[in-house]
Amino acid sequence: MKLITAIIRPEQLDDVRADLESYGVQGLTVSSAHGYGRQRGHTEIYRGAEYTVDLHAKVRIEVLATDEQAYDLMDTIVASSNTGNAGDGKVWMVEVYDAVRVRTGERGVAAI
Amino acid sequence: MNTGDTAWVLVSAAMVLLMTPGLAFFYGGMTRAKGVLNMMMMSFGAIAVVGVLWVLFGYSASFGTDVGGGLLGNPFEKFGLQGVLDTGEGMPLVGTIPEIAFVGFQAVFAIITVALITGAIADRAKFGAWMVFAAVWVTVVYFPVAHWVFSFTKDANGNPTGGWIGQGLGVIDFAGGTAVHINAGAAALALALILGKRKGFGKDPSHRPHNLPFVMLGAGLLWFGWFGFNAGSALGANAVAGYAWINTLAAPCAAILGWLLVEKLRDGHATSLGAASGAVAGLVAITPACSAITPMWSLALGLLAGAVCALAVGLKYRLGFDDSLDVVGVHLVGGIIGTLFIGLAADPSAPAAGNGLFYGGGLELLGKQSLGAFAVMLYSFTMAYIIGWIINKTMGFRISKEHEIAGIDVAIHAESAYDFGGRVSGSFSPHSETFPTGPSLAEVSHSDQKVEA
Repeated sequence: MKLITAIIRPEQLDDVRADLESYGVQGLTVSSAHGYGRQRGHTEIYRGAEYTVDLHAKVRIEVLATDEQAYDLMDTIVASSNTGNAGDGKVWMVEVYDAVRVRTGERGVAAI
Repeated sequence: MNTGDTAWVLVSAAMVLLMTPGLAFFYGGMTRAKGVLNMMMMSFGAIAVVGVLWVLFGYSASFGTDVGGGLLGNPFEKFGLQGVLDTGEGMPLVGTIPEIAFVGFQAVFAIITVALITGAIADRAKFGAWMVFAAVWVTVVYFPVAHWVFSFTKDANGNPTGGWIGQGLGVIDFAGGTAVHINAGAAALALALILGKRKGFGKDPSHRPHNLPFVMLGAGLLWFGWFGFNAGSALGANAVAGYAWINTLAAPCAAILGWLLVEKLRDGHATSLGAASGAVAGLVAITPACSAITPMWSLALGLLAGAVCALAVGLKYRLGFDDSLDVVGVHLVGGIIGTLFIGLAADPSAPAAGNGLFYGGGLELLGKQSLGAFAVMLYSFTMAYIIGWIINKTMGFRISKEHEIAGIDVAIHAESAYDFGGRVSGSFSPHSETFPTGPSLAEVSHSDQKVEA
């Protein structure tokens, strides 16, 4: 069982979500995030003074997956969030030891 | 008395009062979200304290009978506005309007001048210290300087007994380039030096304006009020007011273009803050000159003021003082440009009938304008520095580092400007012990249920 975390452009969220649902993903968590990668931030100008803002607005997606699904889901997210420009984000997965569905008490893969 | 003139001056006075809430928006939008209320409160505080002092002795000190050398009006002569309250046959007049209407019109000039200073001390001044400063500065600086510039009284024989700059020296300052803008700008510079820089000045990107629509709204309200400020200074509904009105349109329009042109060439972007600032810079510059130069020269003055002020606002980073919202760069610099420009372009056929360098008047008028401008600047800076220094050494002028970082609104006013409805953990206790207490809502509904049962 894996946890896939993706930091993507906010405007790509709808595409990613649609593709994940097409694949059969039942649920995911979306939160707003701020950060920067290699492209660093953007510059704003007020009365001639430049303010460099390092943190871009991003969206973080978290989705639990079975071991069989995990690489497919990663590929799906990468394909649908890729615009070819700097700042497209990053996707990674980590091992999850257990999960529980709170309502029913189901554990492991059954809880996904 | 002329009812048309009186109506126009009363409307103008109301328009000028609106400038100060407009200024609160202009400045408030330029501060961080955690300091916007304090920024606005300093303007509202200025309205309150100056309004009270004006009624008590401010009007008398500004426009009372000169007590010597054109330096000050007698503050006790019209204390509490005694002597100007007759509304019957014997009512005192200023020109064609009742003096009591003139009292109101001049009151709002004093208010906006004090409020202008607050832009230099954003996010870090104790509110109480600011209120004390406002009261003392308006008393020892604004009231005398308004007398210097605006008092044109004569004695019973018709001999001039007014202020030394306006009447004595013959400086042209139609609506307050020296008395308002240079005066406030110089005081702002002094306070910026007394209070020191905000934490992170010149480094922290969070010092960006938090609400540019506020800034543009504020600039719009300022411009609207400025028609009362300048055209109202004609003290009549007449052609002079129309002349001033057109110049109050022309100069800021050109100044917006001047400011934006500098931004586009220097930074690559024409910004909304630049448009709002350019309009204010043009309004500042045309204020002393709006009865002295033609509309064509107003366009030139506006363009010049917009471009120069756009360049001047960056000086604080080079010189290392935190004039937070550019009172010096816009009001002091713009005021000096406008006041000196009169010495160059004053047209003898304009209502002020000055004779500038370009119209064969030589350097005489330019010299007078310079003397008036620098006298006010020097006096205001020195006095503001002394008053600020004393306040800083006694009650303290600056809030603590912790409060500045956490945000001045919560620290000083126990309020926050924006609540976006996020999750809140805590408790809420209405001050119910000060009101008659009855059964709580829960108790009432509980007893109702019992009755039904």
